[in-house]
Amino acid sequence: MSTLHAALALALAWLAIAASSLVPSRNAAFARRIAFPLGALAGLGLAATGLAAVWLPLQTATLPLGLPDLPFHLRLDPLAGFFLMLLGAVSAGVSVYAAGYFRAEPSGRVALVAFQYHVFLASMAFVLLADDAYLFMVSWETMALASYFLVVTDHRQAANRSAGFLYLLIAHLGAIAILLCFGVLHGGHGDYSFDALRAAHLQPGRATLAFLLAFLGFGAKAGMLPLHAWLPEAHPAAPSPVSALMSGVMIKTAIYGMVRVIFDLIGNVRWEWGLAVVVIGAGTALFGILYALMQHDLKRLLAYSSVENIGIILLGLGMAMVFIGFGHPAAGTLGLIAALYHALNHAVFKSLLFLGAGSILHSSGLRNLNDMGGLIHRMPKTAFYFLIGALAISALPPLNGFVSEWLTFQTALQATLLQNGVVRSLVPLFAATLALAGALTAMCFVKVFGVAFLGQPREPADPSPLPHAGDAGDMERFGMAWLAAGCFVLGLFPTSFLLVLNRVCVSLGRAPLSEQALAGSGWLWLVPTAAERASYSPVIFLLVIVAVTLLTFFLVRRFFHGRARIVDAWDCGYPEQTSRMQDTADAFGQPIRHVFGPLYRMDRRLPGPDDPAPRYVLKIEDRHWYWLYLPVARAAEYISSKIALLQQGRISIYLLYSFITLIALLVFVR
Amino acid sequence: MNTWTGAGFQILQSVFVVLAAPLLMGWVNQCRAWLQNRSAPPLLLPYFTLAKLFHKDAVVARTASPLFRATPYILFGCMWLAAGIVPVLATGLPFAPAADIIALVGVFALARVFSALAAMDTGTSFGGLGARREMMIGFLAEPAMLMTLFTAAFISGSTQLTTIVDSLAHREFALYPSLAFAAIAFLMVLLAENARIPIDNPATHLELTMIHEAMILEYSARHLALIEWAVAIKLFAYMTIGIALFLPWGIAPAGDWRALPTAVAALLVKLALAGAGLALIETLLAKLRLLLAPEFLSAAFLLGVLGMLTHFLVQG
Repeated sequence: MSTLHAALALALAWLAIAASSLVPSRNAAFARRIAFPLGALAGLGLAATGLAAVWLPLQTATLPLGLPDLPFHLRLDPLAGFFLMLLGAVSAGVSVYAAGYFRAEPSGRVALVAFQYHVFLASMAFVLLADDAYLFMVSWETMALASYFLVVTDHRQAANRSAGFLYLLIAHLGAIAILLCFGVLHGGHGDYSFDALRAAHLQPGRATLAFLLAFLGFGAKAGMLPLHAWLPEAHPAAPSPVSALMSGVMIKTAIYGMVRVIFDLIGNVRWEWGLAVVVIGAGTALFGILYALMQHDLKRLLAYSSVENIGIILLGLGMAMVFIGFGHPAAGTLGLIAALYHALNHAVFKSLLFLGAGSILHSSGLRNLNDMGGLIHRMPKTAFYFLIGALAISALPPLNGFVSEWLTFQTALQATLLQNGVVRSLVPLFAATLALAGALTAMCFVKVFGVAFLGQPREPADPSPLPHAGDAGDMERFGMAWLAAGCFVLGLFPTSFLLVLNRVCVSLGRAPLSEQALAGSGWLWLVPTAAERASYSPVIFLLVIVAVTLLTFFLVRRFFHGRARIVDAWDCGYPEQTSRMQDTADAFGQPIRHVFGPLYRMDRRLPGPDDPAPRYVLKIEDRHWYWLYLPVARAAEYISSKIALLQQGRISIYLLYSFITLIALLVFVR
Repeated sequence: MNTWTGAGFQILQSVFVVLAAPLLMGWVNQCRAWLQNRSAPPLLLPYFTLAKLFHKDAVVARTASPLFRATPYILFGCMWLAAGIVPVLATGLPFAPAADIIALVGVFALARVFSALAAMDTGTSFGGLGARREMMIGFLAEPAMLMTLFTAAFISGSTQLTTIVDSLAHREFALYPSLAFAAIAFLMVLLAENARIPIDNPATHLELTMIHEAMILEYSARHLALIEWAVAIKLFAYMTIGIALFLPWGIAPAGDWRALPTAVAALLVKLALAGAGLALIETLLAKLRLLLAPEFLSAAFLLGVLGMLTHFLVQG
């Protein structure tokens, strides 16, 4: 059996699991004990298949499904294999977690969630396997619909319904752009298979149009600025495992689509396009993290941070396009590798963080950081996994987030190759943006971990559920442990993945990495260009840091002592300290509000000096709502109100319309 | 160079840095006291303080988690690692290829994140305050530091600190305008990252604008000793990075034992001057208001970026 057949069988297995979880209706135990674990197994299998497919020659197949004369084409090449690996490996962890997560839900809902969840997974697999525009769009829309229903799982809350609506709206705007893009690419031969699109020679103008449509369409799904508005609304509304999949995997299918269309189908990349991608990427990264820092709803914060990470991925993609456009294919490959590596890393750590947020939500019922505190004492294991995720996303060595940011920096440092003076000095500027965004991420996740897990509960014990919070269950913990292990593996053995991605790039018709890089890279050393230019060895790094830390510990114990007295905290000896005096999440963001004030739309009300019940109100909103979304919505409403004049609701008027139309046709067309 | 010589160099240098770092701290304090017309504390005072702290019983807050007690060791480990990356005496360090300048900035960030987390751990108001301010300094200082290092990386075509120093030390004498910008930016970052005037005042406690001291208020005895020692190593590391980038002459080339005495002498002279310079800066400047710190650091960041752009404009 070929890998393509295996992948197809596993994707169909997800569909079968979906269908079967509906049959024993209202039986939540089936979904929890059988459907989700089986789904996790299928995910694991898919990950292995995808990884194998990277090293095998590409395979194609045609399914006798779809419309007459328009069968479904499937293809498994290294790019699809890499993303299947991402989908399978991450969803395996999330599915195991989900098996433990939905224990308190009403059983009918669990069965329904299991159905939608597995349809969602299967549709993502088909997006990756599709080899014609038709199957691609069908899977893409199934993915959007399945995730829409998952977002509105808790549809009794009006906020979730409107979040779902916004998501559906922007998803469809994106889908229209993608559809148009395929239309432009295909140019009227009636053959919508990707092979035909790849073979078509486009005029520069048409190619640019296709690029813009693809960038817009996939960017809307990925959460790129300014089409990101749905993301912080929709991702938190869904149940946590689904949020993890949406933020971790679904937005990566958009990255897949972008790479597939731009680097594979269009193929002939221009540097001007790259510049557009880099500029938008830098804006997205900076904006995403600055807004994440302002959030106190944990899941919303994580969603904004996904926006930031999409920005980082776009930075890598854009730089790759700039380098390829200027005729430096090896540097371009490095940028593409950095972007894809970051996509994989983000999938792993963001899913982990969303799962952690889900465990907090489950055990304490809280999403608002300002009410949390001291959770490390009540859920130490969750805290440990969450800390790994937080360190990884903050791009700290030797975990995985650092590797992809390091590769992105290394790409930017190739800027000396570029001939165009303006672009050459622009590229390092984007490295500066990335550095700033990375440092802000560290601040953001110190805030999250510090406020949620460290310190003491901020609310008085009586109404607060925190003292009763317990650690996550076994299945939940196992799911998180799997992803946390992923953070380590991706961080410590980057060269294996570098070689995988090198192969992916070669299969896309790109140049491989330089010979020196491939020769210098062993399992121990990561060498992106040449050994004397740059190298990094996470294993040695980790060993040294662990060794010197332990050595210090034992030396201190050996030469001195380990005595400690446990007493109350000192805090400069001020009496009357309460836990409400700790920094809240909002307080932690205060320096950022001070420095980047003009970027936020802020509504702040300070209590007067003699207010008997002082209350401090701070509301921060996304500026895009006011300059983009609301005007567009108003315009749409205005136009539809004018069109509504036609609709009088009286049948004689409608008959009159038909009559006039008929007359007009008779007069003009004949 | 054979591996054992290299490993010997490596271990020798790391141990040298760890042991010599408190001395630099003592020297800076002495110079500052002289400049301020106070009678100076003994040069070796930091060692006595460390010894005293190590012998005391630690006091740990009831609300603290294991993270709180692990952090001093992690901080010390991070700084020790940093001391192993920076070419202080010689450029041939076998460990150096494992971590380049970006990883070096990553080590400092790792230490910063852990110290901020530990500060928030006990749940005291000062701890959170210090953590927030430290991260505020960090988010601007870290990119500024990266820009400075990138300028040097662009000049020498490598992100490995040893290669950068090699190529900067053995080039023909030429003025790099980009390095001038980078040097100013680096100096500002050094002051901010090491909690020095004008950003923070290392000499005071109980000042409402304190940053670093607010974070470590809850620490005592061996934990405090490790943190103070790590702070000293950090200052030493930053100074030697500055020396390596901007005044690299005299450093021993790879594997050359005979150049080592010259290198040690050159380093001591440079460090003595740098320490005195730091004391001078701290005496001449007043501490900035806390809210002005972001402006100071964004100036450093912009200078760093400017230095990088200058490289492209001038050296093209």
